[in-house]
Amino acid sequence: MKDPRRFSRIVSYILLAPILAFFISPIVWLFVTPFSVRPSLFISFDGFTLNNFVRVFQNRTAIIAFRNSLVISVSVVALVTTCALFAAYVFSRHDFRGRNVLLYVLVLFSSVVSGAAAMVPIFVLNLRLGLVNKELGVILTLSGGIMPTALFILKDFFDSIPRTYEEAALVDGSSPMQVMFRIFLPLSSKGIIVIAMLVFAQSWSNFLIPFVLLRSASKYPVSVAIYTFFSEVGVPDIGMISAYSLLYTLPVIFTYVLIERKFGFSFYGGIKG
Amino acid sequence: MRKSLMGKKVVVLLLIPALALIFIFLILPGLWVLKIGMTNETLTGAKARNPDFVGFENYAKVLSDRFFYNALRVTLLFVLGSAIVGQAGLGLSLALLTYRKRKLRSFVQSVVILAWIIPEVVVAYLWIAFLDKDYGTLNMLLSVLGLRKVNWFYEYPLPTIITFNIWRGTAYSMLLFSAALETIPPSYLETADVIGVSAWRKFKDIIFPNIKSYTLTDLILITLWTFNVFTPYLLTGGGPSFRTELLSIYIYRTAFRYFKLGYGASIATIALLINFALAMFYLSLSRRKKA
Repeated sequence: MKDPRRFSRIVSYILLAPILAFFISPIVWLFVTPFSVRPSLFISFDGFTLNNFVRVFQNRTAIIAFRNSLVISVSVVALVTTCALFAAYVFSRHDFRGRNVLLYVLVLFSSVVSGAAAMVPIFVLNLRLGLVNKELGVILTLSGGIMPTALFILKDFFDSIPRTYEEAALVDGSSPMQVMFRIFLPLSSKGIIVIAMLVFAQSWSNFLIPFVLLRSASKYPVSVAIYTFFSEVGVPDIGMISAYSLLYTLPVIFTYVLIERKFGFSFYGGIKG
Repeated sequence: MRKSLMGKKVVVLLLIPALALIFIFLILPGLWVLKIGMTNETLTGAKARNPDFVGFENYAKVLSDRFFYNALRVTLLFVLGSAIVGQAGLGLSLALLTYRKRKLRSFVQSVVILAWIIPEVVVAYLWIAFLDKDYGTLNMLLSVLGLRKVNWFYEYPLPTIITFNIWRGTAYSMLLFSAALETIPPSYLETADVIGVSAWRKFKDIIFPNIKSYTLTDLILITLWTFNVFTPYLLTGGGPSFRTELLSIYIYRTAFRYFKLGYGASIATIALLINFALAMFYLSLSRRKKA
């Protein structure tokens, strides 16, 4: 054996090939079927067409769901980014006892109260607040769930920005609010953009919360609409569903690619569970 | 301690919106579930308006509920197979196979991460299409190879959702282990290469001791997440005959299909306590690491 690294390279290619095939195979369908003239469950391509996309745009339910998804996620992004920004600024710049423990406990709590354990009390809470079958209920519930992680990542980011500029401005007689908006925000815009994009991808993709909280089809976001399309009785319209799924997925992929290009993978762990 | 940049009033004002949202929509439901679990509240009917307090009656019922035990068993197998063995094992393997191969690693990571970030409804449908009995890609391939077509969701329901969840969730473990491997000083392995140490010895004596602490973090986190996953519902709805009914799906069925919110909440409380135990374990672990 001349070169152990070359040998190990060959071995890893041989082992990696089937694993990669396993990961890629189900996904190929998503990128092929929407453009296929005769879409089927089998990955096949018999000529290029955009007809499946045209049918998505002719489907009223699909378009309304797109609008609903947009309303929900943009609201969640606005709400979470603003609130987390303020709070993370305090957590980063104001010394008080137990702030790190508090933050840590909040993040852990968001993992504890999730999925299985959370849906019943979250439903009852929304029921009592009169928010069942209202977009506002979905927006607030998603925001509360994502907030601790957003806060945590933002605080981490803010900690890496030196305090000196703000301190200098304070000495010069600016008010704390002026310091925040004029000096701190421009410095931290990168972290804020990352958080906004992650929150967008998370709320755009979420299925369970709107599935549990919403009752009428006209209020469904895309996630629930797609589910009703493929679980409805009768023959599902494969071409339409695949095109719709692709349109729904692209913003998420685009968001992650952008984050990855600009900021690397380091932000992933925290928010995607 | 450095002087604060803000007055007390400003601090409170800036904290209130975030903390209020967290308190009302996260902490409050987490505590409320304890109370709902002790009532016979229903979604419709007389007990929807005026539920009675029944104390631990629900919990006594849970203890003799065969669906609960079924769901618990399915969930344990699911977590064991898809998270502990599958995601951690495959994630570590992928990290090792792409270790010190920068370009290859970024390609493999992109593919694995894609499976992780595509919205759950879409991945569910991708797998339904992929595994379809008559027209699914996998069965088409099998029949080309002269093998029989398999009805995956009926013949092997649990292994199917376990495999699905490995596919879905390996990214996190791979990223974590890849990052862990980066912390090993390259000189260790270069020296080992020069001496001609076997791959297994390299793993046992150099790599494993260096990534041990990351392994536990990974295991606890993916266990916590997998335990709460609801996505398999989109694939199988918990069937056939409850063979893929995870605890999350059983809670959903009890509360929202059979409208028994109180009883569903009592099962949810048990799930919450298990989550809590896992989280505490993780907390004590990461604090020990820091100290």
